[in-house]
Order: sequence, then C-alpha cells, then structure tokens
Amino acid sequence: MQSVLGDKKALVILLGPALLVYSLVMLVPIFWSMGYTFFSGNAISGFTFAGTDNLTRLFTDPEVRTALSFTVRYAVVITVGQIVMGYLLSLMYVFILKKSSNIIRTLVFFPVVLPTVAVALLFQKMFEIAPQNGLVNSLLNGVGIESVDWFGNASSAFWVIVLMDIWRSMGFYAVLLYAGLVDIPEDMLESARLDGATGWRLIRSIVLPLSMPVLLSSIIFSINGTLKVFDSIVALTNGGPGSSTTPLTLYMFRTSFAFGDYGYGSSIALLLTLLCLIVTIFIFRSSRRDLTKD
Amino acid sequence: MATMRRKNRMLLLGVGLSTASLLLTACGAGSSGDGGGSEAGAGEFSFLTNVENTTIPTELETLAGDQCKTAADAMPLKVDTVPQTNLDQQLQLLAGQDALPLQYAAGNAPALTKELAASGNVLDLEATLTDLGVLDQVEPAAIDTIKALYGGFNVLPYQYNVEGIWYNKQLFADNGIEVPQTWDDFVAAADTLDTSGVTPLSASGEQGWPLTRLISGYLFSDLGKDALQKVADGEAKLTDPEYVEAAAAVADLGQKGYFGEGVGSIDYDTAINQFLNGEAGMLYMGSWVLANFNDEAANQIGLDNIGFMPFPRVEGGAGIENQYAANVGLPMAISEKAYNEQAGEWLKCITENYGSSALANQGSISGFKVNEEVDVDPLTQTVQQTISDTSESVLWFEALFGTQATTASQTNAAPLVTGSMSPEQFMDTVQSALK
Repeated sequence: MQSVLGDKKALVILLGPALLVYSLVMLVPIFWSMGYTFFSGNAISGFTFAGTDNLTRLFTDPEVRTALSFTVRYAVVITVGQIVMGYLLSLMYVFILKKSSNIIRTLVFFPVVLPTVAVALLFQKMFEIAPQNGLVNSLLNGVGIESVDWFGNASSAFWVIVLMDIWRSMGFYAVLLYAGLVDIPEDMLESARLDGATGWRLIRSIVLPLSMPVLLSSIIFSINGTLKVFDSIVALTNGGPGSSTTPLTLYMFRTSFAFGDYGYGSSIALLLTLLCLIVTIFIFRSSRRDLTKD
Repeated sequence: MATMRRKNRMLLLGVGLSTASLLLTACGAGSSGDGGGSEAGAGEFSFLTNVENTTIPTELETLAGDQCKTAADAMPLKVDTVPQTNLDQQLQLLAGQDALPLQYAAGNAPALTKELAASGNVLDLEATLTDLGVLDQVEPAAIDTIKALYGGFNVLPYQYNVEGIWYNKQLFADNGIEVPQTWDDFVAAADTLDTSGVTPLSASGEQGWPLTRLISGYLFSDLGKDALQKVADGEAKLTDPEYVEAAAAVADLGQKGYFGEGVGSIDYDTAINQFLNGEAGMLYMGSWVLANFNDEAANQIGLDNIGFMPFPRVEGGAGIENQYAANVGLPMAISEKAYNEQAGEWLKCITENYGSSALANQGSISGFKVNEEVDVDPLTQTVQQTISDTSESVLWFEALFGTQATTASQTNAAPLVTGSMSPEQFMDTVQSALK
C-alpha cells in the first residue's frame, strides 16, 4: 500500500479522474457564480458589469434581512428539534424498548423515505381551512375551538413547517444516534449502575459524554441541511404568506430565475455559503475543544 | 521495467479515455434532455401553457382533429403545462437555454415578454401574419391592446377580455340588493350578503391577482385612468396616501371577512367553484371565465342566474364611467427561433378558425374574428356587447410592473386582506420591488 501511494503516477491515476469531475461539476460553477456577483442581467438580456453594487445591496435589502432571519430561526429550531427528538427516541430504543425496538424504529423512520412533496401535501391537507377544514381544524372544532387559518399567518405557518420537518427527519437522526448509543460498551454501563448511577444521572455522566462524537456529527449534518432548506418549504407554503417563510435559498432562486437577476442571486448564494462556512467552523472548533477536554 | 511503464501508460490512457467518455455521455444526456426545446421541437407543435388555462389547449386539440388536421398531421400538437405562479421562472430558464417551445404562455408580466422579444425569442406577428395573408383575421382593437401592453404585436389574442364583477342574481334578489353603482353600495351589498351567511366575494388569494385587481380598480376609479402610469413613470409613488387608501379599502373588505375563511389558501378553481355552487355572491374575474360558466356540470347556479357589472365608482373620483379592465388574458407568444414553415401552417389555421371555434364550443371570446355564424347564450352576448361598447378601458395593477414587483404584489395580496400586513407595508413592499 505504502509503495502504491508513494508513486506519484499512481496517485494521479487514482485521484485525477475524481478531481477532474469534482472540479468540473463543483468548483467551476462555484467560481463562475462568484464571478456573477459583479454583474447584473441574465442569460436572456446579457450581462453588464455592476462592480460591487450587488454586494452592497445585500446590506440594504429588507427582503434579505427577512429571509436571513427566517433561515437562521428555522435552522436553530429544526436542529434543536431534530437532535433532541432523535436523541430521546434513540434512548428509548436502547434503554426502554431494547431488543423489541425494530417495529417502532421502522415506523418512526418511515417518513424519511417518503418524498418531500408528498409529505408537504399531506400536511397542507391536514392543516387546511379552505375550501374545507382539514383534520386539525376539524379536531379543534370538535372541542369547541374555531378553525385557524394556519397558512394565513407567519408564525403559525412557521410552526407547521417546523412540525412537518421534525416529523419527517427525526427518524433519521434517531437511527444515526442509536448507532452511536449501541456502541457504548455494556460493561461500562453495568459498572456505572453498580456504582448507583441510574436514570438521568447515568445518561448525563456516562451516555451523553460517550455519544458526544456522533451527537456532534448529527448537529453538523442537521444545521447544514437546514440552512439549505428548499424543497419542503416550496412544497408546503411556497414562502408565504407574503414572503414571511421564504428562506435565503428560495429568495436566491426567485431572484435569479424569476426576477432575472443572476448577479444579485449569486450574491445571495455567497451570503448563504458564508453563513454555512461560519457555522461549520464554529462547530468544528467547539468540538475539537471538547475532545481535548475529554 | 519497460513493460511496467507501458502497462502504466496503457492504464493511464484507459482511465483518461473512460473519463472522457463519461463526460461526453453526461454532456450528451444534457443536450438530449433539452429535447422539448427548439431543436427537437421542429417535429412537433410544442406548446407550454399555464395549468389553470384549460380553454386554449382543449380548443387547439379540437382544431387539430378538425380544421387544422393537415397542419397537425405534419406537426402534431404537444401541450405541456406549468402552474401560473411558476411560469415566469420557467420561461426565463428555457429562454436562457435556447429551449423555448414553439408556442408559450407569455409570462405574468408584460415586461418579461418585452425582454424575450428584445433577445429574439418572440416572433413578430404583424410581419408573419401579413406574410401568411391572415392579418385581417385579427380584431384591430385586440392588436391595439397588445401593442400598448407588449410593445408590438408579439402575442396571439386567444382571449380578448373585459374584466368586471360577476354576481349571482338570485342571491341579490333574495337579499334585496340592487346592482351596486358606487364603492359604498358595493361594500353595503357585501355586508348584506355576509349577514345572510353567504361569502360576499370569492377570490383566490393563492393567485393574488384577483385581489390586487380590486386595488387597481379602486385606484383607476378614484385617481383616474393614468393612476398607475404615473407610478411607472416615477411621478407618483404607491406609498402616497391616496394610493395607500385603495389598498386600505380592499384590506378593509378582508378585515370584515368578506372573502371568507382562508383566502390565502383558495386557489383559482376553488374561487370559481365557490361562485358557481352558490356559496359566494360575487366574483371579480375576466370574461375568459365564461368557459367555466358554460360548463353545465360545474355551474350549479345556472347561466341565466349570472349578471355582469362594471367596477363600482368611487364617489368623487376622477375615473371613467362604466370602468372595465380590458386585456388579452394570458396571451401566447411564438418562438422566433422555433418557427418554421409547418408552424406557419398551424398559425394560419389558428388565426382563421380559432375565433368561431372557441366561441361555439366554449363560449370563449377571443381577439380573432368570428368567421361563422355562432349561436351564443345571452350572457356571452352581453359580454360581447360590453366589449364592443367599451371605448375606454383600464389596465390591471401589475401591467406596468416588472417581474419582481409583480411577484411582490401577488404574493403579498393575501397577507394584506388577512390583516397580517398593513396597507402601508403592502404598498411599500411593492414600491421597493419596482425598479
């Protein structure tokens, strides 16, 4: 192995094709897109040089502020929800259901394999008010509460999105974290129990520290996935009411392809990239510090 | 050693070749994926329209099996649809890839059609129809409307409409409501209907434009015909108090619950159905809706039971008498790049036959001349009469706006009437999206 990897030609052969494809489909478009930030116009009408206008516009555009604040709120709430729910479920699999957790695991995982659009339509119908009441409003009416226009109001629409996305993805995180939990050596848990640690004490002092690496990977997965949310929101609310549930990705898409301004769209993409980068660096830094402490 | 090196070279060559072939396959798949576009479109009459519009595709299919059979045999019709709210972005993407179909719905904002025309994607119909010898088969008034909106005779007038308020005569009579003349009468009528348990106005907040039409109707009636031209020219702003007043008047209808529950989730079809099954007393819509009214299965209140009135006058306003908005609906453009001789056959046949065929089969009024005697129902006659009597008409709210302001206006219309956005915020949002 050492001799193969020491041979430069072999390295070129092994890495070359993958690097070439990666450069063509990832790096070239990224730099191309960054180039667009200095231009205005689109593929139909052509491009004109705009200097740094697009970048300065990012700071004054109220729509960017709304979209950025929605994206961050969404990412934080969903990440916390996904990880907490996932972790609780995985604890339940390991410590309560134990060997008989198969069926529950499959059921909770089921929404993960459903197409996003199908799930969004399901939730749209469940929370519907017009032309007829959906399941949720019918239940509310049943207990004497008036129907609520869930998608007519920014905050209730936000919570429906949150509910849907947590329901849709908690099964995935439960399985991911479950894999981390079953790796904890049984004898270590056993000895902790002998020392009198049970329940919350056992989880806090033994299970949580030992599952920290997988927990951190889950958080990075989750936060990067949620910052880039697009499909579930387009299918459920299409960014509405108004633009109150429009994340940066959707605003970027609309600016580029509906408003025909590729340059400004690319600037929004750059903002999103920076946001992802900062969050990832932050999490990596804190995880490294944690590991040295342990 | 030499064999080793040769082997290495061969290996390198093999890897290089397979990578190249992979890349080529990827590119190849890309270009054949554009098959619906201009290149592969040469063999078929590809037509992209909004999914909400069923009248035009149905009628073209009828023509394909009848008067236009020769053209259709040489170039079969292929219809693709996209939701109207996604139309603008679809067109821009296709145009950017040179993949526009032969005929396509011309976008929600006339500004987009002008941009497509400037980049050579829109066929000049004046020249083409003259060449085909059928220019006289299009109503001159329709051509004038198109030129005023689209900067040239760039689109086909499959629909030629007046917009106004349709009302349920029975519900009006039952509640002792006279046809409202002024905005105050209109609000009073809505109030009476609301008290009697009927939704006063059925409107699609999901589409947004049926709501913003009310704002522009109010503006034109209150401030005069050129109210929105002044905004487009920069002489006035939507945030000026007299403009905000119009948004406030419409928001007020929403606050009182006159659009019913969950107006933001009501789509186009639901809004029409609410009116046609008697749940709603009034509907603001263009005369293209006659095709729905003529559908006996859907129309439960009966054709005789539907009345048509102009937009109510705002008292003391500077607007015109009997104010109707006139337009060519969502018109269709022909791609200059995909146009060829066979497409010319189609175009000639459509221009000659669509007018009578659509009127006879669907009661739909178009900007093409009606060449055959067609029996029409009294309501359609009324609308035809209104169209020919209307010498002065107004535009719609977003007619002079770009795509961004159009989207801002239509997506925020529902929040405006549900009260989650104030009239000032609404007008400010649209104004700042205007370029």
